[in-house]
Amino acid sequence: MAKITFIQPDGTAQAVDGEPGMTVMETAKKHLIEGVEAECGGACACATCHVYVDEAWRERTGVPAEMEEDMLDFAFEVRPESRLCCQIRVTEELDGLVVRIPEKQF
Amino acid sequence: MSADGTEGAAPIEADAVIVGAGPIGLFSVFELGLLDIKAHVIDILDKPGGQCAELYPEKPIYDIPGIPVVSGQGLTDSLMAQIKPFGATFHLGQRVDALQKTDDGRFRIETDLGTRFIAKVVVVAAGGGSFTPKRPPLGGIEAYEGKSVFYSVRRMEDFRGKDVLVVGGGDSALDWTLNLQPVARSLTLLHRRDEFRGAPHSVERMRALVGEGKVTLLIGQMSALQGEDGVLSAIAVKLKDGERRIGVDRLLPFFGLTMKLGPVADWGLNLHENLIPVDTEKFQTSEPGIFAVGDINSYPGKLKLILSGFHEAALMSQAAYRIVYPGKKLLFQYTTSSSSLQKKLGVS
Repeated sequence: MAKITFIQPDGTAQAVDGEPGMTVMETAKKHLIEGVEAECGGACACATCHVYVDEAWRERTGVPAEMEEDMLDFAFEVRPESRLCCQIRVTEELDGLVVRIPEKQF
Repeated sequence: MSADGTEGAAPIEADAVIVGAGPIGLFSVFELGLLDIKAHVIDILDKPGGQCAELYPEKPIYDIPGIPVVSGQGLTDSLMAQIKPFGATFHLGQRVDALQKTDDGRFRIETDLGTRFIAKVVVVAAGGGSFTPKRPPLGGIEAYEGKSVFYSVRRMEDFRGKDVLVVGGGDSALDWTLNLQPVARSLTLLHRRDEFRGAPHSVERMRALVGEGKVTLLIGQMSALQGEDGVLSAIAVKLKDGERRIGVDRLLPFFGLTMKLGPVADWGLNLHENLIPVDTEKFQTSEPGIFAVGDINSYPGKLKLILSGFHEAALMSQAAYRIVYPGKKLLFQYTTSSSSLQKKLGVS
């Protein structure tokens, strides 16, 4: 298990257990985290699971692949730490991961 | 299809009108066709396939019975081949806006382009609703829509002599940058990064116009709108070196599509949590003669799977037959052995 903390725009934090192998988006959906919509169901086709990865974790979560970078064009307020969380796979190494939910998901 | 959008043209008389050209709408053509019910299919996208074609054309689907793996586009192409014998008429790039019952028990349907139908049965296979352009979450944007903010260009004249801001990095943003630049007073293209997803040729042409000083390219993102009474005067944008105000009176944001239930909600059908409740014998809605199949319907135990929608289409067609051919006996037959079905399929 890997503990993943989702922080809402108002600062509310929820720490949940992520199962290695699942994606961070699936983890969010499973625990009914608000603000992660994932309209396309994880096909990297909608940009409604946009999150900001905490600075301390950016290296471990890696950079977006080309397709994800393209899809980030459809997100709002994209920053260097922006990721689509359907493209981040949970691993034991990500135990403690912190991501922030953007103000708006489009 | 030539009558589409022609004002004053007589409505198209149809056995069945299918709303939605996703996999379930397409397979409905097949099941209805086997029962001699001809269909007209309407979809807001400019191509058949629905979500399969729009959201995941390249992505694999693993749970279509008998097909271990197929892409969204592959499934769409196969379904189009499978329904070809039934000669359905497609009305693409149109949204069904109105659906009403007529005095003789049929249904009057009208699209946003003004195409009209009179149908004996209606099959709502609208999935998650209609694909609509994403609205940038900027405060008060609704008030500007249709006056200063547009999500598509229906009339180039609306942009003549205007200061236009196009936002996005795909083909729509590039195409409209290229097409509107000659008529606009000024044209600015804003994108969040200096890389574009559009056709390389369009990117080249855009860069050439930027080189000639005819288009201004800014790398950044919108942060606020300014204006009054629906008339835009400026847009605040965040650029690498800080925030800036750009004076514009037309905004064209291109951020892709999202699914919205849309006008389905106005058709007088019972809805439950944005889905249409149906029975599991006929997949009929609260209005006899209007059926709902695929992701848009709900019933106890419903699973939003393509394979479930296929089953629903088959049962719906049996019920539709009784409306289209009242009093006629329906003989259940297999495509494997029935020579009459094989004749319809063009294989015998």
